[in-house]
Amino acid sequence: MNVALIKPKTGEAASDVFARARDRLPGKGPVAELRRAAFDDFVQKGLPHRRVEEWKYTDLRVLLREVAPLAAMPDQAALKRAEAALAALDVSGAHRLVLVDGVFAPSLSASTSEDGITVNTLRAMLENADLAARADLLRTNATTDAMVALNAAMATDGVVIEVAKNAAPRRPIHIVHVATQSRAAAFTRSLVKVSDGAQATLIESFVAADDASAYQAHDAVVLWAGEGAHLHHIRLVEDARDAANISTAIVTLGARTQFKTFNLTSGAAVSRYQAFIRFSGEGAHADVNGVSLLNGRQHADNTLVLDHAVPHCTSNEVFRAVVDGAAHSVFQGRINVHPDAQKTDARMMTRALLLSDEAEADNKPELEIFADDVQCGHGATTGALDDSLLFYLRARGLPEKEAQALLIQAFVGEAMEAIADEALRDVAIATAERWLAARG
Amino acid sequence: MSALLEVRNLQVRVEEREILHGLSLTVNKGEVHAIMGPNGSGKSTLSHVIAGKPGYEVTGGEILFKGEDLLEMSPDERAAKGVFLAFQYPVEIPGVATMTFLRTALNAQRKARGESEYSTPDFLKKVRAVAASLNIPQEMLRRGVNVGFSGGEKKRNEVLQMALFEPSLCILDEMDSGLDIDALRIAADGVNALRTSERAMVVITHYQRLLNYIVPDFVHVMSKGRVVKSGGKELALELEESGYARFEDQAA
Repeated sequence: MNVALIKPKTGEAASDVFARARDRLPGKGPVAELRRAAFDDFVQKGLPHRRVEEWKYTDLRVLLREVAPLAAMPDQAALKRAEAALAALDVSGAHRLVLVDGVFAPSLSASTSEDGITVNTLRAMLENADLAARADLLRTNATTDAMVALNAAMATDGVVIEVAKNAAPRRPIHIVHVATQSRAAAFTRSLVKVSDGAQATLIESFVAADDASAYQAHDAVVLWAGEGAHLHHIRLVEDARDAANISTAIVTLGARTQFKTFNLTSGAAVSRYQAFIRFSGEGAHADVNGVSLLNGRQHADNTLVLDHAVPHCTSNEVFRAVVDGAAHSVFQGRINVHPDAQKTDARMMTRALLLSDEAEADNKPELEIFADDVQCGHGATTGALDDSLLFYLRARGLPEKEAQALLIQAFVGEAMEAIADEALRDVAIATAERWLAARG
Repeated sequence: MSALLEVRNLQVRVEEREILHGLSLTVNKGEVHAIMGPNGSGKSTLSHVIAGKPGYEVTGGEILFKGEDLLEMSPDERAAKGVFLAFQYPVEIPGVATMTFLRTALNAQRKARGESEYSTPDFLKKVRAVAASLNIPQEMLRRGVNVGFSGGEKKRNEVLQMALFEPSLCILDEMDSGLDIDALRIAADGVNALRTSERAMVVITHYQRLLNYIVPDFVHVMSKGRVVKSGGKELALELEESGYARFEDQAA
């Protein structure tokens, strides 16, 4: 195998990153052992590259080149800058949990005293939880992905949230990642459990303080929705335009859950969002939606793996990418229908709109169906704005950019309609409007 | 006084083929002109070139609108100056609510003319009044532009825009295509209500039928990319009797 020839170089650099970070990584005994093993696994695999099928279109050896050194503990000045970045957030009225450079910042986080929500930090749990439970915080059997292994090895902090049985917190929970340091990496891992019958909205934002540049945000979030739970999940990737965001969601859905997840990527030079969503109880439904708004030389990858492991579950995926400049959008949607998963109904539709000759979009739908009584469908389109529609709008007095903007809004609108919460939908729409306004 | 629209010796190519070979037409304000002709005579090309549709190459001649060079203007500039093309086949625009489209377009035109934009209540009042006169239900205005509209509804939506934007030149491209008599009558009544001494109309049609409802002041017969005969409204009836063949011979 010639892969081995490339690996050591990347591995060496990363090795160094881990060795220098070790004092900062919470958890002893089994946790430290798990980190070591996870890191060895990462070193052995190296940064994913184009010959790794799941990373075919997003070669991190080219796009990321190396794992940046761990960001320093944020000092008072960093927290001050993070606070300024928080002021610019559109989302208001949420239980806000802020992670600055990968470390929970209690002074910037709002109270979460509402009944039915328990919040701990990952750091505290890794150091104080039941010995047997600690390593589980970093463990997953959903994937053997190298970047997930790296995250387990390096995670400095995160939040661990539990929404109690049948609880329905009025306000959404908002995890905000703020980067303040340049050319450094933050590694976070959060776990959210929405217990049986509970209803919750979870928002994740990724932002940068002024002048934080070329940083890397490495995140993993593990979500459980119990029986009959409702979970709305929204991600807003608004990282600095020269930053990288490598994120993974691992989702387990219990019986009769309603899960709606929406990912909006407008920031970061390089981003990968991979979601592994598994139906583990019957009668559940998932709406999996996303919009990418890209220009310049941005590269944004949405990779989804839906496992219909049990019968009578339904899923609907709607993705839209608007690609301008020399940007590159990747959508990979995999649906696995397991042998027992009869009466599965799984749909996937992804469309990319290319606004320039250099824009690029790759759509890769994959269906693997082992049950015989199922309905599965997928479609993918890539194209430019329709000239006849543009002319109609211009003949009615809309200047070219305005005509394009109206059609682009309509294009992403269908996916955004899926955001159930009106205030959050408005946040997504406002982001799209800002993006369009910036096109000039 | 200069004409509202002055087309002089217009030559137009699409790809390598010349479609209009030196067409001239003068339209003054307050006048209704009908342009008739067989398929392929260049009628629709003329309407597209006046509205500024891309894909046509003007190789000779000129078009003056209110004394200005129309060919130098972008389609949206033409609209703001008062040119309105009612499309033969109005497009469907899913995801853009008709109301949003109307307000965006009207305000874009007003902005281009240096006029203040309409406030939302003023705009709504205006649209509702016009829609009511055209028998357009409010529910249609909430739908995507032309999405799920019948042929008649699409044409009424064009007339609604015409009433709302108050252009000085309306070009109706085959307004009767795809309409039954009742739908045609409603659309034509809408158009007739917009006839004023300040506004001119160019009605492009293959059939004389439409001209029973929108009675022109002048009729021009086009054949093979030229106007081969002009006259009064009686010319349309003459055509109905004898067909286009006679004029095609003249153009040859």
